[in-house]
Amino acid sequence: MTTLDVVTFFVYLVGSVTFILGLKFLASPVSARRGNRLAATGMAIVVGWVFVTEFLLREGGLTTVWILAVGIPVGAAVGVVGARRVPMTAMPQMVAIFNGAGGGAAALVAAAEFLRDAGGGGELLPVTFMVATLLGAVIGSVSFTGSIIAFGKLQGIVSGRPVTYPGDKVVTGALLAGILVLGVILTLVTNSVPLFLVFVALALVLGVAAVMPIGGADMPVVVSLLNSYTGIAVAATGFVLNNYALLVAGTLVGASGGILTQLMCRAMNRSLFNVLFGAFGTAGGAVAAGAAGDQHIREINAEDAAVLMAYGRKVIIVPGYGMAVAQAQQTVRELMDLLIARGVDVEFAIHPVAGRMPGHMNVLLAEANVPYDRLKEMDEINDDFPNATVALVIGANDVTNPAARTDTSSPIYGMPILDVDKAEHVIVLKRSMAAGFAGIDNPLYSDPRTTMLFGDARKSVEALVAGVKAA
Amino acid sequence: MNEAVQTLSTEALLQAVFVFVLTAFVGYEVVSKVPTMLHTPLMSGANAVHGVIVVGAMLVAASSEGPLRIVLALLGVILGTINVVGGFVVTDRMLEMFKRRPDAKP
Repeated sequence: MTTLDVVTFFVYLVGSVTFILGLKFLASPVSARRGNRLAATGMAIVVGWVFVTEFLLREGGLTTVWILAVGIPVGAAVGVVGARRVPMTAMPQMVAIFNGAGGGAAALVAAAEFLRDAGGGGELLPVTFMVATLLGAVIGSVSFTGSIIAFGKLQGIVSGRPVTYPGDKVVTGALLAGILVLGVILTLVTNSVPLFLVFVALALVLGVAAVMPIGGADMPVVVSLLNSYTGIAVAATGFVLNNYALLVAGTLVGASGGILTQLMCRAMNRSLFNVLFGAFGTAGGAVAAGAAGDQHIREINAEDAAVLMAYGRKVIIVPGYGMAVAQAQQTVRELMDLLIARGVDVEFAIHPVAGRMPGHMNVLLAEANVPYDRLKEMDEINDDFPNATVALVIGANDVTNPAARTDTSSPIYGMPILDVDKAEHVIVLKRSMAAGFAGIDNPLYSDPRTTMLFGDARKSVEALVAGVKAA
Repeated sequence: MNEAVQTLSTEALLQAVFVFVLTAFVGYEVVSKVPTMLHTPLMSGANAVHGVIVVGAMLVAASSEGPLRIVLALLGVILGTINVVGGFVVTDRMLEMFKRRPDAKP
């Protein structure tokens, strides 16, 4: 080991520590930003040091430095523009696309390593090297195409409905089996390059086939899982390159993404298996179509709704994706301020899976300067609904659906929900009577305590603000 | 057989496995305490951390020979940079919104 190698070792160690601390500091809103910046600094140090040792100090290192001169500015420009331009509502798909990029990069690194070493004569490459390389290539590829499909579903380019066809599970199973068989052949029989390319192609198709049957409402879980996959793919390339920075960072994300995925599934009271293979939302669509005919919906106008809240004791606001889409969070904050000024107690009830990602609502409301001690998690606020004069549901649907408590045939039966139907009055702001993202009928809307205020969430809240001012 | 493959000696591999297992526990422990409201930034922040793959792409680029490997390295560097830069910037943007308010509890 040269002195340079020793320094490299410590640079990787420092980088790894900043990654761990970065994730640790994310546990509190006070330190979270510092943590992210710390991890970014550690990353910059690692990247800078690798540039110095591999390109500047190594003999002949400058011959390929143009790859960085082209690749890094291009990648950085795309990353910065994407990250800055994206509206807060589109955050989940942005994370999906960045994750796909990472997965793709991991697959490319694994492929490049294989292609360098393969075909060098009769002798097979070491089994450990092949296992790590193939894992990096297959998981990275699945994450790459899977993330693109997840992005498409969240963005509305690909149908958000579960796309299924007879025998789709057989096809997915066959792809998986083909990948396994090819992997074994590549490791033990022949390091054939064409076979490797088929192996990667199957993995790319598997990514598409695995995500297409999953409904749009479950995409956050999928993004989280694919995030974890990319971490594992990166860890595998860490084994291939015997590089501890890749190994530690990849493993860290693989493990943390795994537990995050579990937490999300638990919040919906469903197993990961059910999310991945349940084609959630297809059965519910049919139920909704059948039941919509005999519902009795009562409408309310904005003035009456405003008066109800302005003279109430307590208003609990339940935000959902509808608020995000309409960009209504600023107006909602205004409504909160007005009601508080009149002596009404205002709190927000945040369901763990409200919106398209856990914590999605918190981010949006924080953006609108709603103090975070007014945001209550489900367990904290559910007992308070009976004390509320009004529960104001803004574009949330499935997380308020009482069918989850009682109707064993409902696809969301057993999911913990916000008990909005226990409030004195329930006012639901909704664009139309169309079924929610998961395509499930919601009996809350025909509850006698419920009145509906139809229209774009922001326009409706603006009308409520005007109404409260006039009251 | 070349250098990169040889460095993956049994000893190096076992050490790497050791680090891998311990890191997995660290990842699990660190994340299991994060509150729901920070799950989105957490996912995004973790996403940025695996952007370290750009280092792998750089290592491949440094030893690239032949047009195919150069193309793979270039694409790897581009995608890896998108991941790492985009990931950190977007996380920072989200966390900026969690700054403390005068009337907020710490």
